[in-house]
Amino acid sequence: MFETLTDRFEGIFTRLRSRGRLGDAEVNEVLREIRVALLEADVNLNVVKDLIERIRARCSEAELSKSLTPAQQVIKIVNEELTGTLGGEPLKIRYASRPPTVVLLAGLQGSGKTTAAAKLARWFKQQGRQPLLVAADLQRPAAVEQLRVLGQDIGVTVFSEPTAPVTVARKGVGEAERLGRDVVIVDTAGRLAIDDALMAEMTAISNAIRPDYTFFVVDAMTGQDAVRTAEAFNDALALDGVILTKVDGDARGGAALSVKEVVGKPIAFVSTGERIADFETFHPDRLASRILGMGDVLSLIEKAEREYDSQVAEKATERLMAGQFSLEDFLEQLQQIKRMGPLQGMLGMLPGVPKDFRNAKIDDKDVGRIEAIIRSMTPDERRGRAVIDGSRRLRIAHGSGTSTTEVNNLLRQFKEMQKVVRSMGPVNRLVNGAKQKPTKGKQKGSRFTPSSRSAR
Amino acid sequence: MVLVFVLVGILVLALVGVGLVTASRSRRPTRKAPSAPRVGPGAPAAPAAAGEAPAAERLEEAGEPERVPAERPALRDRLGKARQLLGGYLDGIRGKAVDDATFDELEEALLLADAGVATTSRVLDDLRAKVRSGEVEQTPEALLAALRADLEAMFAGDEPTLALGKEDGPTVWLFVGVNGVGKTTTIGKVAARQRAEGRKVVLAAGDTFRAAAGEQLETWAERAGATLIRGSDGADPSSVIFDAVAHAAARGADLVLADTAGRLHTKVNLMEELRKVRRVAERPPGQLAEVLLVLDATTGQNGLVQAKQFLEAVGVTGVVLTKLDGTAKGGVVLAIRGELGLPIKLVGVGEGVADLVDFDPAEFVAALFS
Repeated sequence: MFETLTDRFEGIFTRLRSRGRLGDAEVNEVLREIRVALLEADVNLNVVKDLIERIRARCSEAELSKSLTPAQQVIKIVNEELTGTLGGEPLKIRYASRPPTVVLLAGLQGSGKTTAAAKLARWFKQQGRQPLLVAADLQRPAAVEQLRVLGQDIGVTVFSEPTAPVTVARKGVGEAERLGRDVVIVDTAGRLAIDDALMAEMTAISNAIRPDYTFFVVDAMTGQDAVRTAEAFNDALALDGVILTKVDGDARGGAALSVKEVVGKPIAFVSTGERIADFETFHPDRLASRILGMGDVLSLIEKAEREYDSQVAEKATERLMAGQFSLEDFLEQLQQIKRMGPLQGMLGMLPGVPKDFRNAKIDDKDVGRIEAIIRSMTPDERRGRAVIDGSRRLRIAHGSGTSTTEVNNLLRQFKEMQKVVRSMGPVNRLVNGAKQKPTKGKQKGSRFTPSSRSAR
Repeated sequence: MVLVFVLVGILVLALVGVGLVTASRSRRPTRKAPSAPRVGPGAPAAPAAAGEAPAAERLEEAGEPERVPAERPALRDRLGKARQLLGGYLDGIRGKAVDDATFDELEEALLLADAGVATTSRVLDDLRAKVRSGEVEQTPEALLAALRADLEAMFAGDEPTLALGKEDGPTVWLFVGVNGVGKTTTIGKVAARQRAEGRKVVLAAGDTFRAAAGEQLETWAERAGATLIRGSDGADPSSVIFDAVAHAAARGADLVLADTAGRLHTKVNLMEELRKVRRVAERPPGQLAEVLLVLDATTGQNGLVQAKQFLEAVGVTGVVLTKLDGTAKGGVVLAIRGELGLPIKLVGVGEGVADLVDFDPAEFVAALFS
């Protein structure tokens, strides 16, 4: 698993002797790490170079603050720089004074234009607009059919005809006027930036319908080539914004940074899943942390959102807040966690977990033993209504095929955990904590460590 | 065990708060209830019940396939356009003395080709060592030649051939990958190639999730002259592949090409579904001979993670690199080959039925620096 930048930086800065200012040697070393991190995240090399110079300038200027360690301070600078680059003016859709507002989608093959078109239509519908979808991708087999099916799902009419892309686009806008629709979204065929014929066709479509917004659809997994493609599309079409797709994977999404740098236009939307509803406006801070390899908390949250049964979680939270967290609740949570995959992987996503913990060899079979022990208890024992004395412990050990020592250990650990639960107060703090800046996430994580330490 | 308990405790506390944020999502929504598979127009109205006499003929008359030219396009020709734009990229270092700047240029070229930091540093460190030991001459040309030889050597021993089953019964090739990499298109091209080589091909429309994926494959089946077996939208993909294998076995077809829905490797339940698809595809009479990971050449470092996850889940046997006719270099396959030992089998170079070529390490590496 990727070591977070913070960890690497801590290593460098423990050697830091002089306080007050960051030394040149340390800064260089840190910048090298940042460069690798950015490249691993698929940020384009030339964009990385620019960023590194900007960060270098700020690092050498920066006074070391009292409240932050040097590592945290550099992270803060890097994070601000990335957020600044990714952010800027967010896109605000201004609807055409004479409807319809025309939106054109363009991009490489397989970047997700057709799906994005349907998602965008749904988004406009939610804004109280009446969109029309135009399927001008006559190239890929069944692309029109795909948009028709998606259109049906969201209740948006889809216009297309088997003529030529430019004709379809023009007639589509006409159709929107005829039907009194106020937004029209034109889906086009995927094309390579170097395909002159198809790029000329794209320009022709753009000239024919004079779109109010032209969005470049780009896959979050794209590598170094994102810059070249975005440049070519921007030259041909004068883009107004970017739609970043497939961000629900674990790609770090550096391509977004490259594209933003090159096009200079905002990332308007991100597509976060396969369902039509998985589409949202863009948050620069989240992506910045992710590119730095610190957004793993967010991935964890997303994973939890997907795999966690919300009702079970809600119930557990209520009990947790009331300080009534029992072994029964614990067992239930354990089931949920098991659905999310191997423990080791998930632990790696949590920030602030001490290194020796993270690197500890975890056998998922041990989870089975814990389960077995709890399952061998009576309901009263699980709910904490019965005092688990020696003979009960022996019975539980026999029932679960473990030893009384193991049962004792588990009970003791659980008691520790309950203490933490009580001292934590409302869980709301935890939820908010996870959404705060990554540097805070570090502190949040460390809140757990006292119990972990005493546990050993 | 104590440690595990503590860790579980940490996770429970962290997740319990987080889990309630939104409603759960554990399964993909299905569009319609599954029903019996139907056979596409490649073989109109063929009964699903196996073993009937006219069936064999029906496979023969499966439309007039588009001709695949006997001469396949070489990667070199298809890259002409992309190369031209980047022509002379490394001209800067030619004819000069070798110094740090030379290595910086080489590093830049590799990084820009998506080779990744780890692979790049490794091959360049090797190269530096060779220069020091005098094994490689101190001229940029010699340096570049040595680097290319090193990279080509990474693919040593790989054959771009696709395996056929050894026993009786249809061979099954399973195509997997993330969304939008070109799985369906690749299957269409592979089908056309195999038809041109005289094999009877059945396509299994295992992507029952994406809207109109079946229709897309249907068009390809017509183009390639292959039979298509489809399920209804939202049907269990394993059942479609099972039916396709049964159909192929009954009609004496040689090959089943099984499509699957694109899925991000991070989705636990979808990877589970894929494991099941693999188990079903393995069942006799079908002989699963290849599990091909389709990878988009524009993909960056995430490609390695994808390959790892798919390899772990379904035992990928080879990689198909698509969309190499653009400006993307697909350098991440160096890491995939180097770290996971997965051979690269085929390369997609366009949208036409014939735009599929065998992977050639020399041409691929040359293109990295073009």
